[in-house]
Amino acid sequence: MTTSYVIKGAVLPHGAKSDIAIADGLITQMAPDLNIPGATVVNAANAIVLPGLVDLHTHLREPGKEDAETVLSGSQAGVRGGYVALSAMANTSPVADTAGVVEQVFRLGQIAGLLDVFPIGAVTKGLEGLELAEIGAMADSAARVRVFSDDGHCVFDPLVMRRALEYVKKFDGVIAQHAQEPRLTQGSQMNEGFVSSQLGLKGWPAIAEEAIIARDVLLADHVQARLHICHLTTAGGVEIIRWAKQRGIQVTAEVTPHHLLLTDELARSYDPVYKVNPPLRTESDVMALREALADGTIDIVATDHAPHPAESKECEWQEASFGMLGLETALSIINKTMVETKLMDWSGVAERMSITPARIARYENHGREIAVGAPANLTVMNPTKTYRVDRDLVASRSRNTPFHGMELPGVVLATFFNGKLSFESKQP
Amino acid sequence: MRHLLSIADLSATQAIQILDTAEELSRVSDGPMKKLPTLRGRTIVNLFAEDSTRTRISFEAAAKRLSADVINFSAKGSSVSKGESLKDTAQTLQAMGADAVIIRHSASGAAQRLADSQWMTGSVINAGDGTHEHPSQALLDAFTIRKNLVRGGNDLTGIRVAIVGDIIHSRVARSNVLLLTKLGAHVTLVAPPTLLPAGVESWPVTVAYDFDSVIADVDVVMMLRIQLERMSEMFFPNVREYSHYFGLNRDRLKMMRPNAIVMHPGPMNRGLEITADSADSARSVILQQVTNGVTVRMAILYLLLAGSQESGAQV
Amino acid sequence: MSLALPAPDMDRAITRISHEILERNSGSESITLLGIPTRGAHLAARIAAKIEAIEGKAVQCGTLDITLHRDDLRMRPPRALMPTTIPALGVENRSVILVDDVLFSGRTIRAALDALGEIGRPAAVQLAVLIDRGHRQLPIRADYVGKNLPTSLSQIIKVQFTELDGVDEVTLEEGNA
Repeated sequence: MTTSYVIKGAVLPHGAKSDIAIADGLITQMAPDLNIPGATVVNAANAIVLPGLVDLHTHLREPGKEDAETVLSGSQAGVRGGYVALSAMANTSPVADTAGVVEQVFRLGQIAGLLDVFPIGAVTKGLEGLELAEIGAMADSAARVRVFSDDGHCVFDPLVMRRALEYVKKFDGVIAQHAQEPRLTQGSQMNEGFVSSQLGLKGWPAIAEEAIIARDVLLADHVQARLHICHLTTAGGVEIIRWAKQRGIQVTAEVTPHHLLLTDELARSYDPVYKVNPPLRTESDVMALREALADGTIDIVATDHAPHPAESKECEWQEASFGMLGLETALSIINKTMVETKLMDWSGVAERMSITPARIARYENHGREIAVGAPANLTVMNPTKTYRVDRDLVASRSRNTPFHGMELPGVVLATFFNGKLSFESKQP
Repeated sequence: MRHLLSIADLSATQAIQILDTAEELSRVSDGPMKKLPTLRGRTIVNLFAEDSTRTRISFEAAAKRLSADVINFSAKGSSVSKGESLKDTAQTLQAMGADAVIIRHSASGAAQRLADSQWMTGSVINAGDGTHEHPSQALLDAFTIRKNLVRGGNDLTGIRVAIVGDIIHSRVARSNVLLLTKLGAHVTLVAPPTLLPAGVESWPVTVAYDFDSVIADVDVVMMLRIQLERMSEMFFPNVREYSHYFGLNRDRLKMMRPNAIVMHPGPMNRGLEITADSADSARSVILQQVTNGVTVRMAILYLLLAGSQESGAQV
Repeated sequence: MSLALPAPDMDRAITRISHEILERNSGSESITLLGIPTRGAHLAARIAAKIEAIEGKAVQCGTLDITLHRDDLRMRPPRALMPTTIPALGVENRSVILVDDVLFSGRTIRAALDALGEIGRPAAVQLAVLIDRGHRQLPIRADYVGKNLPTSLSQIIKVQFTELDGVDEVTLEEGNA
């Protein structure tokens, strides 16, 4: 018998107050002052209820790098951050470029059972950019893959990119491009600009991102296919996406929480916890990204959660791995950068962090309006309560959060996944 | 002052204190006996994860003249080149009781990583980190400029310096730009646009692409080494063309102001960025730079290590 | 605070030291005065001026910084080095007279002897001080003393020169023991 719940006193994204009753995996009733005998009460006074968050960009490291993260530990980090669905990037070892690997990851997600883990398939074999991976087989597998990406590597060959965009139209798939012109970024360590010129770290110019975005929106237009741009970081990239959308090109774009908050000034510490790909940019890029997320030019927030073991970060900057943790802090950073700044309201957050990512990836049980009869995938958070990020207390197996020590607003109180309480905060 | 990581961390007063201390020490080094007891019992490790015989020997001579015990931990014989992490190396040095580590490393920021980490407690002296900084080189350059060109002042106010060559990859250029401008000099960078970093427009310098338009107006011409291993990255078409536009040769030497001097941090590519007759001309102070390197490094070691570690140098 | 040596007495003491130096060394021909910075150097210059006035010719006079030879370097922040200026005739086979303002533990003089040893081998080394306040920690004594001033360890002696402090005098203060 499944437990039933009542979420008491919550505020819905558009501002109305309602209690929410949950049973058998679904939302069963919504009304003020629900009183259901036998149901477990979740006190959500002063809290916001969002449709459960969906991440389109997660690195779970399993198989291959289980010391950094596993599907289970990544799921635990996800539910703490309010997520009900993660999209596991393909750069595992072995690479998720066959039906076998994506099914393995999918099953590991089901065994963990805390949220949905949807594997992303590689676009090319071994992420090498040379020949297409078994895209059709992955789409037809038990994992029903719809998003394909060589993330970490750019699909730089324009012919390969064209073919991939065309091929996934067969099953309404989408190519998620890591936009990075490889020749312009050989050995690159951080944003190219004043700070890199002073630090003597090799620059990663904005143009290397923008050139690929420009090429790929034109390709997507030409073949009438769906393109998704991963982790947009530059003001110039925003301009190209804006132009493409005006032209009616089927392009969507994501931004990470860290690119909405942090800048390349942090590299001055030479602490590789701030080393990420694409790199942290300048203050004016951050402002352009916030504006673009607010006006919808950027469609979604995705974490690019990238766990790394200590030895990959406790070293010289240029020896360190790229990437930072993101799942557990994403919602509070969006609260800080977008809601508290009045750029976006909570229904905007629901759009950008749940509804739209689920729509892009075709995750049918996710990103639904909070309504009677919908699957009970919900995130309950107190937006005014603050907490201090402590890398020693994260659920992830890794500690590489750039937000360590920061005071952030917004504590996830509870996460519901298919009607089950997958996470509940220990503090009221 | 506990570490010397970057010129950016020094005030002008602190920099001048180092130069003044070197000035006093140079008299000692000129004398018949070359050893002072000042750092007796202190252990200094030369951690050279990148080949640089000159800088290592210079620091070693400086440390030995101050009676410190010197341990050389060089790339060839050590595990740094074999993938042992900087952290493990630092912890090993800590366990060996190093009072200071002089580090040369191919990674920008390696010295700062060592100093900021909890891996070791001693002083860290940056002897060149990647393409970031080489503070002791800039200090010896400033010392050499002051000795040759400054009469009746302790800084470099009004001195005009041209730094010529591969700016983008040069830690010597970065440290010198910071130090020389801090001390009042005017710096012009001369290089092909490909060898200037994006962001240079925000540096406190003038940038020029034409060496000939600059050379007659400066008091110091500082030539940088062109690293031949970078040739594959297409920064300029070929060596001959580079020498033609940016090399120091007899004709350009003639254009220089009467008292202007020629500097080079070494090792030189004779015939590439500098012709042999320029390097050996009466204007050249390149060998003085080597000599001054020892006394300036003695001054750095003295100010960092002679006093109590807790309080650091007071200026 | 008490006045241990007012200006006229200070001048008389310097004059007496100068005469004693000349007497003991049979004139100024063989001597080299080396003052220990800061105040020892000023005192040496005063003595040199007196000797010049008496003898009618210049005397070899310079400074000797002892910082690099101190045995208490680690006990406080590093100090700035002071100038060492060795006069033209050097120290080799000369009668070097070290000059300092106050003789206390003797450690400064020990360091000065080491520093001098780095420079050369004098025929003899003598020591001139304005004040000997006692409390020696090393077997060192002065050859020329302006004034013996018995003190307690907590007291502070301040030697002042017009060119540095605007006044010539020596004062004795009670310090915090």
